[in-house]
Amino acid sequence: MSHITPEAFVLGMSALGAGLAMIAMAGVGIGIGFNAGKTVEGTARQPEAQGTLLKLMLVGVALTETAGIFALIISIILMYANPFIGSLS
Amino acid sequence: MELGPKVIFTIGKVTVTETVVWGWIFTVLLLLFVWRSTRRMERVPKGAQAVAELFVEVVYNMTGDAMGKENRDKFAPYIGTLLAFIVPGSMLGLLDCRPIGADLNFTVPLALISFVMVHYNGVRIRGAKGYLKDLSSPYVAMLPLTLLDDIFFPVTLAMRLFGNLLAGVIVMTLVYGGLASLSAMLGSVVPFFQLAIPLPLNFFFDMFEPVLQGYIFVMLTMVFTSNAMAGKD
Repeated sequence: MSHITPEAFVLGMSALGAGLAMIAMAGVGIGIGFNAGKTVEGTARQPEAQGTLLKLMLVGVALTETAGIFALIISIILMYANPFIGSLS
Repeated sequence: MELGPKVIFTIGKVTVTETVVWGWIFTVLLLLFVWRSTRRMERVPKGAQAVAELFVEVVYNMTGDAMGKENRDKFAPYIGTLLAFIVPGSMLGLLDCRPIGADLNFTVPLALISFVMVHYNGVRIRGAKGYLKDLSSPYVAMLPLTLLDDIFFPVTLAMRLFGNLLAGVIVMTLVYGGLASLSAMLGSVVPFFQLAIPLPLNFFFDMFEPVLQGYIFVMLTMVFTSNAMAGKD
């Protein structure tokens, strides 16, 4: 175990952090599922409002997605920009 | 794996990337289309004029629905410009190029323009004092929170467009690379697996996603602007 270079350690830990950051997607999935379920409920109750409900659902889904998109950007930065490798020296 | 847009050429310290060049091309194409569709206008539209009239009508109806009839004529041109630039610009994945929306240098300025427009119109309609009062409603202790909310509006706007399109680029690159290596594994020089298998993904990431994200971008801009103009009392 003594021949792991500091760079390799930082890179590996960054990849691990990138993976952990994507756990945020669990919450996003729950949110989008809730959103779609409620839309189906509303459509079943009032079928003539389907167009409006679909439009509102798409906007809601995109707003819910934002949290997940932030997690995605953080993990992309961790994997490709390697912000911690500069603080080694 | 290189994620950033390709650099076409550099002048001194200024680097001109793929995004900028595609931006120029789209500007010229839009200008040509507008010139051609309004050059000989007829009472019964056909060809380019019919397409332009359809687009203008859709945008005006959308703005009227979201912001009210009295604000429609003022804001519809900006909304239409955003749509005409974001949606086709983000469909470039169909031509195997990088969508111009998958670049923070494209999305952040657009979000900043929207941000300035929201607050300028809030101050214009409500007056500087009234707008500050709106921000600190229902009581003054809420002011930092509403300010934080307003500061994060352009950040989320830019990041949403950028993140969605970048995720599309990454997924499409992975799928095409995987299919190429799969057909190389079977001993073929031509990557024949790439022929029709990625089509549904292409449809989702290069046609559905740009329209949805462009719609959401302009929708949020309109909602925030009309909220800032309406006041909170």
